[in-house]
Amino acid sequence: MRRFFILFGREVSSAFHQPLAYVVMCFFLVVTGFNFHAGISLLNHSPGTTTMVEAFFNTVYFWIPLVLVFPLITMRVFAEESKMGTLETLMTAPVRDFQVVLAKYAGCLFFYAILWAPSLLYFTAFETVTGVDAAGAAGSYVGAYAMLLLMGSLFTAIGCLASALTDNQIVAAVVCFSAILCLFFIGLLAFFIPSTGTALREATYYFSPIEHMMDFSRGIFDTRPVVFYLSSTFVVLFATFHIFQYRRWKA
Amino acid sequence: MVKVEQLTKRFGAVTAVDGIDFTVEKGEIVGFLGPNGAGKSTTMRMLAGYLPQTSGRASVAGFDVFSQSLKAREHIGYLPENVPLYLDMRVAEFLRYRAGLKGVPQRRLTERVGDVLEMCGLDEVGKKIIGRLSKGFRQRVGLADAMIHEPDLLILDEPTIGLDPNQIRLVRDLIRNLRRHHTILLSTHILPEVEMLCSRVIIINKGRIEALDTPQNLRARLGQAGHILFDAIVADPRAAATELRQLEGVQAVSHRRDGDWTVFTIEAVPDRDPREALFQHAVEKKWRVREISRPPVTLERVFAEVTGGEENF
Repeated sequence: MRRFFILFGREVSSAFHQPLAYVVMCFFLVVTGFNFHAGISLLNHSPGTTTMVEAFFNTVYFWIPLVLVFPLITMRVFAEESKMGTLETLMTAPVRDFQVVLAKYAGCLFFYAILWAPSLLYFTAFETVTGVDAAGAAGSYVGAYAMLLLMGSLFTAIGCLASALTDNQIVAAVVCFSAILCLFFIGLLAFFIPSTGTALREATYYFSPIEHMMDFSRGIFDTRPVVFYLSSTFVVLFATFHIFQYRRWKA
Repeated sequence: MVKVEQLTKRFGAVTAVDGIDFTVEKGEIVGFLGPNGAGKSTTMRMLAGYLPQTSGRASVAGFDVFSQSLKAREHIGYLPENVPLYLDMRVAEFLRYRAGLKGVPQRRLTERVGDVLEMCGLDEVGKKIIGRLSKGFRQRVGLADAMIHEPDLLILDEPTIGLDPNQIRLVRDLIRNLRRHHTILLSTHILPEVEMLCSRVIIINKGRIEALDTPQNLRARLGQAGHILFDAIVADPRAAATELRQLEGVQAVSHRRDGDWTVFTIEAVPDRDPREALFQHAVEKKWRVREISRPPVTLERVFAEVTGGEENF
């Protein structure tokens, strides 16, 4: 366990040792800030039933940075070490392969969580300034942030897998981006299937991050997405672990 | 300390290491010698637990490097050839991280980092970022990393490659000082390095062990049949060569012209030294002589002999 925390600490500090981290954070703050502004404008202009939290987590300004950020966070983790050769010193230290994979994954997820931390301030500021509740109920907050984390856990795992596949960070980023985008397109299929209630339309719900977020940010807790994200995270991490090992055997 | 039995590694159709056997006793410095691509690095990587072998067995400090890899790795300090380091970290920070990873107890971290910094002459760069250090310093950081957990065995893959002569000397001195506490297995293709540092040499070529002995014995093996240079001015070189061949202890004679001089290369009968006879003969014939010598046999020749390569590689 001590070794896991040492590896985890190294992952987090290495993320912050590179300028990319600050570029990503800036980009993220700017876009989410703009998204927040857009949410307030929406509430200002038309009377409706949406809350601030719903308005924030269900716009295109929310989804674009979300999809873009995972390749940027994860492309480095395995590809860089593999290219620099530091994987060799890492793997000849008395650490287990799964400790390395988990520590790298956890490091990325931690960075992702840090990215979202400032958004909590937005809602606090909103409530203080306007005196209006940002969410209909506490469940709305919990749901939205839980879904952020659930999606984050799967997408981070996908990014780690992509990074483990190659020495090239660009390739890793593109693979990760494409995989996440594919998942989105499955969800978007629902909009092209006119008749509700068909089996296909139902099936797309299982994979649609957009619909998951819509439900969760209203405070509707559904176990299906939870199981989907947790189980697929596990599967992808398991695959990452095996690819990581395989590449060593082949090396 | 190290026991290797029939160790083999294949990459697809290529056999990089082909059924090698050797042992290294505690406290030895063993040099792995071979041309590029001979299988040195592959063997070391297998011992260090980075590459799994195709077949055969290897153990370090009694632990199998494959089935008890973690235990074995705790006893090994490994410095790969290209010295991979985290360039974004500071020297002391990096060593502290590596020490923790290798299981140095928390309370001893500061002490160990201080020790290796001092041993490797890194005191003044402890706070510097590794990416800004010169090659020589990076090499020493790599060495410091390899020995930070006080391993029984140090595996150093070409520890002096790419360094300037001063840095090479420093690293060699460092390795020499390490022999008191560590068993060392190092690879190199610099022959004098082996003669200077190693108690035994393993010559490896095309994945096979060609020779395994002390540097002295290896040299002696060829030294027995060493050749003698004899430079003289003679009227008829061909006749002179025939005369020399008659002398006691001479096996074969070849000659070439060097201006007025003729340079004879004389193969001696093993265990015999015909230099005195040569001198007597020259005096009798009133030849003018400028050299009678027996050049010392270098490992370079041994190496060329066993690997079938050129002497001047």
